[in-house]
Amino acid sequence: MSITEYFELVITDYTLRTITLGTAVLGAICGMLGSFAVLRKQSLLGDAISHAALPGIAIAFLITGAKDSNVLMLGALVSGLIGTFWIRGITSKTHLKSDTALGLILSLFFGFGMLLLTFIQKQPNANQAGLDKYLFGQAATLVEKDVTIMVFVTGICLIVLLLFWKEFKILLFDADYTKTLGFNTKFIDILITFFIVLAIVLGLQTVGVVLMSALLLAPAAAARQWTNSLKVMIILAAIFGAFSGVLGTAISASDNNLSTGPVIVLVAGVFVLFSFIFSPERGILFREIRFRKNRNDLQLKKTLQFMYGIAKTHENISHPHAIRILNNFQGFTKGSLRTMEEKEWIQLKGQEWSLTPVGFEEAKNLFNQQKND
Amino acid sequence: MKQKFAIKVDDLTVAYDYKPVLWDIDLAVPEGVLMAIVGPNGAGKSTLIKAVLGIIKPIAGSISIYDKPYKEQRKLVAYVPQKGSVDWDFPTTAIDVVMMGTYGSLGWIKRPGQKEKKAALEALEKVGMLPFKNRQISQLSGGQQQRVFLARALVQNASIYFMDEPFQGVDASTEIAIINILKELRKAGKTLVVVHHDLQTVPEYFDWVTFLNVKKIAAGPVKEIFNDDNLTKTYGINYKVAINK
Repeated sequence: MSITEYFELVITDYTLRTITLGTAVLGAICGMLGSFAVLRKQSLLGDAISHAALPGIAIAFLITGAKDSNVLMLGALVSGLIGTFWIRGITSKTHLKSDTALGLILSLFFGFGMLLLTFIQKQPNANQAGLDKYLFGQAATLVEKDVTIMVFVTGICLIVLLLFWKEFKILLFDADYTKTLGFNTKFIDILITFFIVLAIVLGLQTVGVVLMSALLLAPAAAARQWTNSLKVMIILAAIFGAFSGVLGTAISASDNNLSTGPVIVLVAGVFVLFSFIFSPERGILFREIRFRKNRNDLQLKKTLQFMYGIAKTHENISHPHAIRILNNFQGFTKGSLRTMEEKEWIQLKGQEWSLTPVGFEEAKNLFNQQKND
Repeated sequence: MKQKFAIKVDDLTVAYDYKPVLWDIDLAVPEGVLMAIVGPNGAGKSTLIKAVLGIIKPIAGSISIYDKPYKEQRKLVAYVPQKGSVDWDFPTTAIDVVMMGTYGSLGWIKRPGQKEKKAALEALEKVGMLPFKNRQISQLSGGQQQRVFLARALVQNASIYFMDEPFQGVDASTEIAIINILKELRKAGKTLVVVHHDLQTVPEYFDWVTFLNVKKIAAGPVKEIFNDDNLTKTYGINYKVAINK
């Protein structure tokens, strides 16, 4: 099945439609909440939480013996939250820095989760097959019930976001100041963290514990490149996330049933790469172009100034001079002289140049201009 | 005449981990003074402000603002944190940051409206930043960022202002602009507490001073206590500065 066939099928096929809707909603909520994680410099928190969710999934399965995705998600939520609070506890109660706490919890929980997973796989219970899908995700396993929960949680998240927009924004920017204004920063903080954990848990089935954090961070990182407004950034991140989810699922489903997680993450990565290079203000490409243009501009003006220094010693400012007297001056080329002629700053005649009145005035005001730029 | 105290601190002790940062501080700041807190690095100057504002929980001691706990008097107090305490690459504009000063009086959930916007514009005008109101904050110079922070505090329309090194890393013209605003606020009867580093300018800028080095060394009118003796006690070396007034 090719991609185009896939998208044709989405319109007619109910299952595919469910999956597409699910991954779109998931990408959107992850992009939105990921923006908060990125702006709070808690990018790695998502990674730790998603890994910390694995033992919860395994334990939930061991207790119930069933692969019901809601039950497994509940397990993931509990163990993800425990991991989060331990990270916070370690950071506030010990001398360890947050990156150490994150790494510690991530590897401990994940190691424990893998241990349980191997244990489960050795059991004769036929039901266990497929639990390892939670490592790298499989969007094809999404059913209507899963998507309903996703839509429901995203809806609540949106309402909370709109309601507490001002509080979220000020906490992200300046937490201490927020406290002095009388806001309960702990409450806002826990609210944000809780929703991040929720989004991660929602995504585990589709993207998997290993790569889940990328769906959280990549759309946000890409969105930041395009705007200087928090509102726009969050909307863009949601859009990028939704597209990553839908496209990633389409590619993974249409070609040999690849694991969905890695494909979604790669698609999100393309968004990031594209944004880093091509975004107009912060992108590498346009920054480089602006840099070169400014440099050339300056070189041109410095050459003009040098000429001005020579010309003003003569009674007639347009007195011709040999080009070679510029030789010990850096930064002029035949090309730049021609550009200056096009600007009517100078006139070229054979091997000689002469300043025009326009060029003379321009040079005279150069310094002032530079200052006012 | 009985003097009215804007801020009173009794037996305040603050510690990070095991080491006390502030030890047994007693301080009474009279209403209407422009006070500098001076002391060496690590003396606990910022910590003192943060403890008064409830950002840091003290180990012991009590703090009152006009004879009541800070929690009840929040709306009388404005705060200018150190410029370096936030990420200036945050996606927002100068006017947006200044508007944050109105969030406290708005309370939970309610959004700022026209009234708040007008107040923010006025504050920006006062600090000479009106032309930059829609500028992304990372594109402002250090001095401009400091002015934005000051404007945010002005919007709070408070009686007491706490400022953590407002002159740090700003050029001469910004420093003059800021001190003029501070002096204007004092004239209007406000009380200002400023963490300050440049000892040379203390007599010129301030009328009240607190010497701090974990313990309070001295506090009082600049004219009376800003002398070599106290400077030496605070900084541990014979600190000669020119005192002109």
